[in-house]
Amino acid sequence: MSNASPERDGGARERLQRWLPKLVLSPSCVLVLFFVYGFIAWTSYISFSDSGMMPDYTWVGLHQWSRLWTSWTWGIALHNIWVFGLLYIVSCIVLGLILAILLDQRIRAEGVLRTIYLYPMALSFIVTGTAWQWFLNPGLGLEKTMHDLGWQSFSFNWLIDSNMAIYTVVIAAVWQATGFVMAMFLAGLRGIDGEMIKAAQIDGAPAWKIYARIIIPQLRPVFLSAVVVLAHLAIKSFDLIVAMTGGGPGNATAVPATFMYSYAFSRNEMGIAAASAVFMLAVIAALIIPYLYSELREPRS
Amino acid sequence: MSAASPTARRGIATRAVLYAILGLFAIVYLMPLYVMLTTSFKTLEEIHQGNMLALPGQWTLDPWREAWGSACIGLECNGVHGYFFNSIKIVVPAVLISGLLGAFNGYVLTKWKFRGHKIVFGLMLFSCFIPFQIILLPMARVLGILHLANSTAGLVLVHIVYGIGFTTLFFRNFYASFPDELVRAAQLDGAGFFTIFFRILLPASVPIIVVTIIWQFTNVWNDFLFGVSFASGDSAPITVALNNLVNSSTGVKAYNVNMAAAMVAAVPTLIVYILAGKYFLRGLMSGSVKG
Repeated sequence: MSNASPERDGGARERLQRWLPKLVLSPSCVLVLFFVYGFIAWTSYISFSDSGMMPDYTWVGLHQWSRLWTSWTWGIALHNIWVFGLLYIVSCIVLGLILAILLDQRIRAEGVLRTIYLYPMALSFIVTGTAWQWFLNPGLGLEKTMHDLGWQSFSFNWLIDSNMAIYTVVIAAVWQATGFVMAMFLAGLRGIDGEMIKAAQIDGAPAWKIYARIIIPQLRPVFLSAVVVLAHLAIKSFDLIVAMTGGGPGNATAVPATFMYSYAFSRNEMGIAAASAVFMLAVIAALIIPYLYSELREPRS
Repeated sequence: MSAASPTARRGIATRAVLYAILGLFAIVYLMPLYVMLTTSFKTLEEIHQGNMLALPGQWTLDPWREAWGSACIGLECNGVHGYFFNSIKIVVPAVLISGLLGAFNGYVLTKWKFRGHKIVFGLMLFSCFIPFQIILLPMARVLGILHLANSTAGLVLVHIVYGIGFTTLFFRNFYASFPDELVRAAQLDGAGFFTIFFRILLPASVPIIVVTIIWQFTNVWNDFLFGVSFASGDSAPITVALNNLVNSSTGVKAYNVNMAAAMVAAVPTLIVYILAGKYFLRGLMSGSVKG
């Protein structure tokens, strides 16, 4: 072996070189296959099993799913995520688009303003939640400030009102994400071909008409991206709700993510928790997979 | 300019309105940060008597001192500093290792394509978007089996595993536009897999390395779900400690201390954002739109 011929030695090296890329990739593949797809399979199975505090692999069919679906709290969570998601997505897109259009008017301090609008994205939801909880505190926050300023009848106790608390979460969430949506629209606006706009300007079309007829329709891909990104963020939202309302008052601001967490770790109902997690995954997969597929297709030339 | 025509004057008025609206939005955006900062320098009496929007009448550093060193979280009254260092202990290895793996993955997936490379990338990419609730139950068990439950090492593992998707995405998209000819030329010169990576691609990767580090740093630092699920008690990260401090139901609420603790949790990512906002934005964009 010691005097292996140069060819054989070269052959071994070549073989190693051929396998090296896959070898380097394999640890990540193993990790992802096990910790992502293996775990998805395990959780999915648990949602059809008799698991409570400990995993119990007895197959019980749709038992956990029917318990989930008849759960009163789950009903509230689904209702809340609809209200929250819809308001969050629409408000972020409307505000983000308006800010982007306003910023696109050759504004002198654009860089500073952009930095200000976007900084909440760098903060943890727990920090934002803490800040907003304080800001909206009925006794000492905004309400008291308005009273001090002379507006005695001003009342804002949404944070502790079970019918309104979810809207305070919407306000904080919109505040946090609008800058990001604005940045997406701004990038879209900067990429629009100027020829058509110039032609319309020469024809004397008013600015709002140019936006409504030419510019905004061209931003369709940005709208799509924004909706997908915001929807998936909304479904995953957990931190902000925990920090602002803790899911309360009562269960008033429960969402699927907080529901899953409390059934998994406080109520020790693994089966129901797993079913709710699978439901969340299914909704996000239905949203994300077609989007990723269209984004990653070979670009048409 | 001197003889302002009616249209020019109208133009000036429009721009004034424009700046006013943008300025108003800026104030609304800065308000929570402003209130958080000023509250953290006020005494409790002033908070109860004074106006939330006013500057502190009497500046005090006590809330910061208490938040850092003596505020009670759970049963222990040592402030948030230990949790702050927990977060650092989690962030540094998690960012470095997931970044390195992502760089290698991106390199292989663009320059050493093999049959099925798209499927591998697709599977990794989808893992960025899954709701992590789907992995909480099995991960808690696996960490228990590995004796990594309630440890920062366990959280490092979790953040590496679920960070690979994004780091791979960043590097893959970056290396996709790196000229194949350079790689092929080096191959003809006899350069091997690692030589090409370390000598040719890596030196050109500074921008994407910065984007990846900032993205991973922000994500891992701000994580709450993994922290609260897998590391209660002494090994909790700062976000979990902050939430425990703020939302504990016992005693009088010390809003100034809460705000100081929130600022402690916010400062690292804020600094990164202020120093490298451009790269932060680039990470956000390529995390959502095609890079």
